[in-house]
Amino acid sequence: MKRFEDITAVAAPLMRNNIDTDAIIPSREISGISKAGLGEALFAGWRYGEPGSRKPRADFILNRAEYADAQVLLAGENFGCGSSREHAVWALQEWGFRAVIAPSFGAIFYANCIQNGLLPVVLDRVAVAHLAELSAQNPDKNLLALSLSKQTVMAGGEEFGFSLSATHKKMLLTGQDQIALTLELRAQILEFQKKDRRNRPWAYLQA
Amino acid sequence: MAPRSLFDKVWENHQVVPETADHPAVLYIDLHLIHEVTTPQAFDVLRARGLAVRRTDRIFATIDHSTPTGAPGADGSRPYGSDANRHQVEEMEKNCREHGIELHGWDSPLRGIVHVAGPESGRVHPGMTIVCGDSHTATHGAFGALAFGIGTTEVGHVLASQCLLQRRPKRMAVTIDGALAPGVSAKDMILAIIAKTGIHGGVGHVIEYRGEAVRALTMESRMTLCNMSIEAGARAGMVAPDDVTISWLRPHMSDMPEADFKRRAEAWLQLKGDDGAVFEKEVIIDAGAIAPMVTWGTNPGTAIGVDQPVPAADNDDDRQALEYMGIEAGKPLLGLPVKTVFIGSCTNGRLPDLEQVAAVLKGRSVHPGLRMLVVPGSEQTKRDAEAMGLDKIFMEAGAEWREAGCSMCLSMNGDIAPRGEVIVSTSNRNFVGRQGPGARTILASPATAAAAAVTGCVTDPRRLMGDSQ
Repeated sequence: MKRFEDITAVAAPLMRNNIDTDAIIPSREISGISKAGLGEALFAGWRYGEPGSRKPRADFILNRAEYADAQVLLAGENFGCGSSREHAVWALQEWGFRAVIAPSFGAIFYANCIQNGLLPVVLDRVAVAHLAELSAQNPDKNLLALSLSKQTVMAGGEEFGFSLSATHKKMLLTGQDQIALTLELRAQILEFQKKDRRNRPWAYLQA
Repeated sequence: MAPRSLFDKVWENHQVVPETADHPAVLYIDLHLIHEVTTPQAFDVLRARGLAVRRTDRIFATIDHSTPTGAPGADGSRPYGSDANRHQVEEMEKNCREHGIELHGWDSPLRGIVHVAGPESGRVHPGMTIVCGDSHTATHGAFGALAFGIGTTEVGHVLASQCLLQRRPKRMAVTIDGALAPGVSAKDMILAIIAKTGIHGGVGHVIEYRGEAVRALTMESRMTLCNMSIEAGARAGMVAPDDVTISWLRPHMSDMPEADFKRRAEAWLQLKGDDGAVFEKEVIIDAGAIAPMVTWGTNPGTAIGVDQPVPAADNDDDRQALEYMGIEAGKPLLGLPVKTVFIGSCTNGRLPDLEQVAAVLKGRSVHPGLRMLVVPGSEQTKRDAEAMGLDKIFMEAGAEWREAGCSMCLSMNGDIAPRGEVIVSTSNRNFVGRQGPGARTILASPATAAAAAVTGCVTDPRRLMGDSQ
């Protein structure tokens, strides 16, 4: 996993509530077997004129020139609710997003962000709405500075702090790999299996 | 020891390493369900690092999302919706072969939607921890298991280690007392719950469903109830094991000697929560007040009684939803024209669901110009329904009786609802475009969906009950 490094970048406001993972990447776009190539399917239902076509709709925010280099997405409540598809995170990352700022997130989506180094930032509704307003006024002038080590978001001369669990912060800062860490616990896992057999012998009865 | 809930007991039984302020718990996973959509990239990670699958015996693997529901050709070939669908299934076959995992693929009598076929295989038991790269994994909580959806990276983690890192969630009780009225089912119950909690009311919590109305439900109905826990924002929903659970499991574990089964059953019954167990949140619902439910908007929290008026929109989200759905506030959905009816999914694709549909369709016809798909949740369900002659009732009425799979619940296999038209669906999500670009989904119970199929419009199913022609 890539480490998260602090950024100063354009933020794109997509201020709807309950943007589900079907909207982030529709089911018809997740029939592949690779993480690569999903960026062009990001928000496909909103971004393109017709299903299956790749003809951009001028009225969708990410199709506007001033947001072409956006690295932060600003969204409404419960972002990433619904389906567990990690394709949503891979698509956001391949498009170029490094962080999503919203008042709340779907739980599985949030976990998927952490696993991939996409920073999920929880700020209150008023703060997110304010950042969205700044970006809508002048995206290039009101760049958003995001520091993970300091846990701050800065834009338009204002600073907002955000909270994140120490474990998640460490994972994102170091690019730490959970699978490798857990595999180091091999002895403890074997010990658990033995203990579990003693504690729940009924669970091991075989037909 | 302080009184513990069902969730507490299952959680504590599976801690390889308990959580601390700095570290999440390392949780042992008893059963890992896998399917073709959310695993290819996980197997890629294992390959890239030279890792083996730790416990092939703790996996139930099948194919369901990308599989076509059209009948196979004379040569046995399957009419895939796209080459990508076919390739995804073939990749699953390859990965399972390579890692020595038994796959319930096209040739298996146990193939089906992972949350229908898993329990039918007899491998889902009370007290287990169960995960799957699918948000509807909560279904298995019906057995008193702790079951939740995970992402693909976590699928890789479980394949490699049989463990998962998790923070301990909070506990939420949903208590449903009283009795459901005739014509009202578990689907109406869960839609009424989500309407009350909202779609993020359960975030960060594991729900325990309890109360006399829950105890009165069959196992299939409990699966419907737990299935949609994620639609309330909760990753898991559970029902304490009881005699209903044990009676259901006995024939599904028929190879187990009676004495051994009894030992297990006794242990399972001990899992129920202690008196005085603490819940951080509680919601109480009166089952008797629940009507057949339908959704008017674009998330499952927008459910109302079928005879209730659509509420006035007081925010942009609701205005957008009404516009997308082509629905007017202020009057009930009754009479709204319907073009498609979908019966199936991990929510309502089980045998009793199909029986309820057949009870409405028997002696009646599907409305002219309406397309009705009936998609069994599994090969087993399909065989059982055919043995009862339900397939004939569906086909005589003019419905399509199809092969098992997820089908039009998420429309990634080529089964797509038409743009701009209303579909009444027994599935779990009415998100914009989920069942097809521009398709307008109304979520409902099997009986309500069947009633719409007969009349061609949103209909109170109680109108058609007990007076079949």
